[in-house]
Amino acid sequence: MENMKREKSIHKGVGHLLFAALALALPVAVAAGPSGQALSFTCAGCHGTDGSSVGPSMPAIAGMDPEVFVDAMQAYRQDERNATIMNRIAKAYTDEQLKEMAWFFASQRLRLFPQTYDAALAEQGARLHDEYCEKCHEKGGQPGDAGTLAGQWMPYLHFTMEDFLNGKRTWPRKMKRKVDAAIEASGDTAIPALVNYYGSQQ
Amino acid sequence: MTNLKRRTFIRAAGAAAALGTLGFPSLVLGAARRVVVVGGGVGGCTAAKYLRKLDPSIAVTLIESKPAYTSCFMSNEVLSGERTLQSLTFGYDGLRRHGIEVLQDTVVGIDPERRWIQTAGGRGFDYDACVVSPGIGFKWGAIEGYDEQVANEAIPHAWNAGPQTQLLRNQIESMPEGGHVIIVAPADPFKCPPGPYERASQIAHYCKHHKPRAKITILDAKDAFSKQALYIEGWTKLYGYGTDNSLIQWVGAAGGGAVEALDPSTRTLTGLVEEFQGDVVNIIPPQKAGAIAFAADLVDDGDWCPVDKRTFESSRHKGIYVLGDASSAATMPKSAYAANSQAKVAAAAIVAGFQGKAPDDPTFVNTCYSVVGEDFGISVAAVYRLNAETNTIESIPGSGGVSPANASPEIRKREVSYAHSWFKNVINDMME
Repeated sequence: MENMKREKSIHKGVGHLLFAALALALPVAVAAGPSGQALSFTCAGCHGTDGSSVGPSMPAIAGMDPEVFVDAMQAYRQDERNATIMNRIAKAYTDEQLKEMAWFFASQRLRLFPQTYDAALAEQGARLHDEYCEKCHEKGGQPGDAGTLAGQWMPYLHFTMEDFLNGKRTWPRKMKRKVDAAIEASGDTAIPALVNYYGSQQ
Repeated sequence: MTNLKRRTFIRAAGAAAALGTLGFPSLVLGAARRVVVVGGGVGGCTAAKYLRKLDPSIAVTLIESKPAYTSCFMSNEVLSGERTLQSLTFGYDGLRRHGIEVLQDTVVGIDPERRWIQTAGGRGFDYDACVVSPGIGFKWGAIEGYDEQVANEAIPHAWNAGPQTQLLRNQIESMPEGGHVIIVAPADPFKCPPGPYERASQIAHYCKHHKPRAKITILDAKDAFSKQALYIEGWTKLYGYGTDNSLIQWVGAAGGGAVEALDPSTRTLTGLVEEFQGDVVNIIPPQKAGAIAFAADLVDDGDWCPVDKRTFESSRHKGIYVLGDASSAATMPKSAYAANSQAKVAAAAIVAGFQGKAPDDPTFVNTCYSVVGEDFGISVAAVYRLNAETNTIESIPGSGGVSPANASPEIRKREVSYAHSWFKNVINDMME
């Protein structure tokens, strides 16, 4: 009741202003379309409620850096990233909608779920991470402008690394050199070691 | 005044006294809105959870006749022995942890004028908004000789997961080495359009390893089906489709696949052109909205419930929102993901209505995976928007569609793992 009253008085107060905005066709007047929250809610069937996935092949996207989110979705939309289904879905959204979804997920708390990992590999991975990855994937790969690695689902991380190594995903600057160096140092166990290290952070 | 109404009144009066607003109980009542959700499937559970998520002050009661939910999606994997029925069964405690009252009872009537719900157990509930998500019912009589009793005892439909799924699994396991399984698929629209073909695939997957001389015939009332080209690609690769030794045979309507009658004692089906006899027969009958949708006058002159596509509020009765399979929501399919997506739109619209606001423009997604066999998964995805002028839901141009044809084995394999993760996330999003 009180809310409605307040809204009414606001409406009265800004009526002339709003009219002016409409007349000038300012962006504020074209605020139609689904809300960022509504758009983001539709992702939960695959990425978990508010982006905390419980399915090991689908990445958690809660707490994700908003620029990383938008970059990923734009890459999918342009068929520039290896995809099974995300390319088909991403094509439905405008840049503005992607930004709104990005902010929604960035503001969600990331809930991590336990996964089974190999402790010896994780230990090896921790050393590799410190030497080759920490500079960009800071604090053990915590959510940041280089994505979310810490606690991320291991099957998803494996898919991602396969794509990089098979030339199906464009390497970010410097990453190929670093991954090559890690493989040079540790051989075939380098990637599983890193994946187990990230999966061990729960 | 019933017991419950009296209790509500007393509680409200108590709260009013505590707040020092005695004499204005309606004000307090107005603050604590009640939504009653009818049906504990994907639509109902998701709506209940998201109502509380969007506004924890709303009192939500969910009424469901079964003590636990058994998922129909992924239940074809029970037929192949890849998973148990138990692995698809989930209790409602997760919803209770969200503060939702879950009641095991059956709703027998809804009075849209008084905003009142009556259960078989003799309880009654006032509501400010009501969500009806009853799933499907079956059009018994569409196939002569096939009725509910035959389905329960001998010729399962297994189109709602439960004892019939297990019965069908047992029949497939115990049929002879070179046994013949017949699946009868209905005309559109029906729940889970790719489901009959995933079912044939999963049974073939089992037979390939345990009864390689078996045959599976799909008798179809249609001439085309969901994800058809992808299924045929998978069947060709995995089950010899198109050869004399194919495990799977599909007979479309034009080829005489429409079935008119069943003789349960000999498991013989009468088609338009010829008869078919099976060792195991699975009939998926034509469908309609669940029983309560009819009892509550929510169905139009067809089989489904018309709704305002912006909110999923019934076009026939204000204050009642019809979700999922029972609603008439073309072009969205009758699927779990669709129901999950519609439920969030309805929940947001109900909350907006309580706050005296207009509902936002809706947005919907459907994503549906099918596991054709070992390392062979396929999917369909769509993002939808409202066309307010025509009150229709339309797919956003240039988006969505099915998995690409002739994708790499790696992609097909990944889609199997995504299918299983999708299952976990849908279940989690609706009930945890």
